[in-house]
Amino acid sequence: MTTLPQSTDRKLGLVIDLDTCVGCHACVISCKGWNTENYGAPLSDTDAYGADPSGTFLNRVHSFEVQPEQGEAQLIHFPKSCLHCEDAPCVTVCPTGASYKRVEDGIVLVNESDCIGCGLCAWACPYGAREMDQVERVMKKCTLCVDRIYNENLPEEDREPACVRTCPAGARHFGDFADPESNVSKLTAERGGMDLMPEQGTKPVNKYLPPRPKDTLSEGAGDIDILAPYLEPVAQEATGFLGWLDKTLEKL
Amino acid sequence: MHPAPSVIFFTVFSGIGFGLLIFLGLGYPAVTGWSAFAFFVIAYLCAVGGLISSTFHLGHPERAMKAFTQWRSSWLSREGVCAVVALVVMGLYGAGLVFFGQRWSLLGLIGAIFSLLTVFTTSMIYTQLKTIPRWNSPLTPVMFLSYSLAGGALLAGQVTWAMALLLIAGVIQVVLWMQGDGALAGSGTNLATATGLGTNGSVRAFEPPHTGTNYLLKEFAYVVGRKHSFKLRVISLILMVGLPVLLLAAPFSHWVALLAVISHVAGALASRWLFFAEAEHVVGLYYGKR
Repeated sequence: MTTLPQSTDRKLGLVIDLDTCVGCHACVISCKGWNTENYGAPLSDTDAYGADPSGTFLNRVHSFEVQPEQGEAQLIHFPKSCLHCEDAPCVTVCPTGASYKRVEDGIVLVNESDCIGCGLCAWACPYGAREMDQVERVMKKCTLCVDRIYNENLPEEDREPACVRTCPAGARHFGDFADPESNVSKLTAERGGMDLMPEQGTKPVNKYLPPRPKDTLSEGAGDIDILAPYLEPVAQEATGFLGWLDKTLEKL
Repeated sequence: MHPAPSVIFFTVFSGIGFGLLIFLGLGYPAVTGWSAFAFFVIAYLCAVGGLISSTFHLGHPERAMKAFTQWRSSWLSREGVCAVVALVVMGLYGAGLVFFGQRWSLLGLIGAIFSLLTVFTTSMIYTQLKTIPRWNSPLTPVMFLSYSLAGGALLAGQVTWAMALLLIAGVIQVVLWMQGDGALAGSGTNLATATGLGTNGSVRAFEPPHTGTNYLLKEFAYVVGRKHSFKLRVISLILMVGLPVLLLAAPFSHWVALLAVISHVAGALASRWLFFAEAEHVVGLYYGKR
């Protein structure tokens, strides 16, 4: 049914730490691997070794440059996947009922055998979280690894989304946002977790932790190492032959 | 947005076809027998042809029947339901006119209302999308309805109505273009809100996630032809409104009317191409394409 549930028992989702992400794309690869080998249609690649390679991914890492008014520019690696929105516009536009949001845990899923591949849900998503698979001709999206998190055949430590399990920097966290005592709720509260495009009214479940300010090496003496005075340049101005050369060239 | 030919043909021809059905349902022109047959064939060719062409962009057209189930929430599903009701009711009404020489006016009125609703529901598929600020305007359904009624009046041979409705459609289209040009900037969605990084400084897309292209870029970040958009707008307006109105003002003949129809359809196709090609989806922000 493509109407949204009034509320969900749990709100499973991710916290993505933009301060910690190093942009290694390991989450992209582990996501593609798990979701190609397991539930649903595989994530295809077209012309993978040719001149115009393209493929379906449920998770992509962008990089943005942030230039403050003063100081150095910051490079932010920015992983982006489905935010499992509370008010998911992709669900209500679906004409067949293939897209739905689960009442028990809030995960937004596609029933691929009902999908006609019209693409309207991808049009309705502001985040680019849905991609039409060019081989299977059905809509693919992040399932929050629904076939891992409840999978009792896996060791307990593996029962989290593949992207979270694989992240070497610990930049991705999985949990229940409906529980104020959960790891993700606490992280969001402590670090000021934010919504992407809040003005779109989608009420995303996934939260992003903003990057902390970078060290300011160029300003303030407070941060300078105690050995710094010994490392100061000794000769501020050239003397001798080089001094004479400098002055002569200036005069020319 | 990628201007898929199937969707451009669908919206233009089904719009005109259902527009003609609206006029036929209301009894303009009040035809019966073979002449009614000819009018209904044209209307059904346009409306059904458009609907069939819309299935060409589906990944799994064999499952299209499932699209009738979600009319409670989905405009696309409502469109399908309205279209089928309109076509069935107008089919019965048309059979009365053609085979029995009877005008069942209540049936015609119901068919006309559902034909109008079909065009409205089509327009709402686009209007509802907050992700495409240019379309997310109350003027979008007005534009679709005005095109449909103008095209319908033209095909129905209602010269006075056609001239007035063509001019109205032209004015609405110009206002929609002007409004649409500032829609993305006015929507409040930009790279700063998309990334949440705006409080730290000015944000710039530094590196895309992949060196190659992808579905999102092909579908949503279409930019080719934008630079010619002003010229295309003028051409489409001349073909869609200017030339047909001039031709209709001339003494009536079937050949001149045919010319007016061809010119109008060509202009409407060009304008519908622009409707898609110029639409900026906010996901393009993440790729630095806006």
